[in-house]
Amino acid sequence: MSAFLATNTGFVLLTLAQSLALIVPLLIGVAYLTFFERKVMGAIQLRKGPNVVGPFGLGQPFADAIKMLFKETIIPTGADRVLFTIAPMLTFGLAIIAWAVIPVNNHWAIANINVGVLYLFAISSLGVYGIIIAGWASNSKYAFLGALRSAAQMVSYEVSMGFVIVTVLVCVGSLNLNDIVLAQRKIWFAIPLLPLFVIFFISGLAETNRAPFDLAEGDTEIVAGFFVEYSAMSFALFFLGEYANMILISAMTTTLFLGGWLSPIGIAPFTLIPGVVWFLLKIILCLFVFIWVRATLPRIRYDQLMSLGWKVFLPISMGYLVLVAGVLEIFGWLPNA
Amino acid sequence: MRRLGRMAWALVLAEILGGLWLTLRYFFRPKATLNYPYEKNPISPRFKGEHALRRYPNGEERCIACKLCEAVCPAQAITIEAEPRDDGSRRTTRYDIDMTKCIYCGLCEEACPVDAIVEGPNFEFATETREELLYDKAKLLDNGDRWEPELAKRLELDAPYR
Repeated sequence: MSAFLATNTGFVLLTLAQSLALIVPLLIGVAYLTFFERKVMGAIQLRKGPNVVGPFGLGQPFADAIKMLFKETIIPTGADRVLFTIAPMLTFGLAIIAWAVIPVNNHWAIANINVGVLYLFAISSLGVYGIIIAGWASNSKYAFLGALRSAAQMVSYEVSMGFVIVTVLVCVGSLNLNDIVLAQRKIWFAIPLLPLFVIFFISGLAETNRAPFDLAEGDTEIVAGFFVEYSAMSFALFFLGEYANMILISAMTTTLFLGGWLSPIGIAPFTLIPGVVWFLLKIILCLFVFIWVRATLPRIRYDQLMSLGWKVFLPISMGYLVLVAGVLEIFGWLPNA
Repeated sequence: MRRLGRMAWALVLAEILGGLWLTLRYFFRPKATLNYPYEKNPISPRFKGEHALRRYPNGEERCIACKLCEAVCPAQAITIEAEPRDDGSRRTTRYDIDMTKCIYCGLCEEACPVDAIVEGPNFEFATETREELLYDKAKLLDNGDRWEPELAKRLELDAPYR
């Protein structure tokens, strides 16, 4: 068996199996995240949320999916047919591809590469292409405005996000996600780097175009932003892509700041629970906060969004990077020094 | 100094955390949702629902064809035709209510001197065709027979306030 796995065919088959083992639960997770969101938002607004399809309404995501599948895909006249079709696939595909490097448990990543953080960052930056292409190919002013907004927003917030990640890297001394988690054995980075954790999470909200930064969709001003013209399954792909991105950002937050698969306390009853469970619990917690924030805060104004990104987050994250680097240098705590 | 204080207040996200705390408390509150087809709201005795024509306990219809309801109806949804019956009493030969015109104001009920036309507690009379909503005398009398116990009780409960 191990000899077969060492061959090229064996390696390809193994990787395929691993990918399936990751993607299938992920897709189910995405489907149930939509359900989870509707339930949590409902509870906060004193409603019950979907509760008719199946026990507790658990069949709702599948009912929605079937409805979407049977609807007609409309391609508007004047739209660029090729790009219009590619855009949702790109958005959804990128949200899934990024999962290749996320360590679900110790060394449980499809590709445990040494530049994992860089890969994640690159893929999440590419996400803006799906939106820009969708906005451009729709040949509609609302879609175009939404795409422009979202592009500017994602670029702005990626800068401060980059500095936050660099600070974490300075503390770890490695770009490997597995090492980053293991470096948090003593203390999760969320505690010493609390301001950066908050900045990272808020930038994550902006990065995934979630409320209160959902100006790219902005239902009240530009109808639905970049996906106004989309219908049926192509719309569903954007929708799923957005939710998959939410899960991805939660996984990144968990890996970088909340100690990945590590248990909160390193003693007996907690360490017996498998790491995957801790990882999932932390992701669900992050997702709850995503939804909770959406149910609480109104959409902010566009100039406020920009000034928050450039005038508040950027100086704070840069300053904190210098501070952390200085402290590590003075006390001689620099890793690999 | 005050500006600095405000900045510090904003920097620790105090207002936002306050808002989040509020919504978190709402998250655990009992829900206001009513599972409609299975649970229903209580209805006041004055509730203005589907119309009905009532009868006296001996089975005689109450309506004396005075046409006050037809006259008062602001939507002109009621059409009445009347003739003396064989025993000499005035009765309607036709009593139609167009439920698609009716605005459920209850003026017909108030105008009626003999409590013949009333609006009952039933509000679930949606139909699949428009024609089914053009009620005739037979349908209204039938409604009256079906809902009589509740109609009488509602009239009695509301009587002190009339």
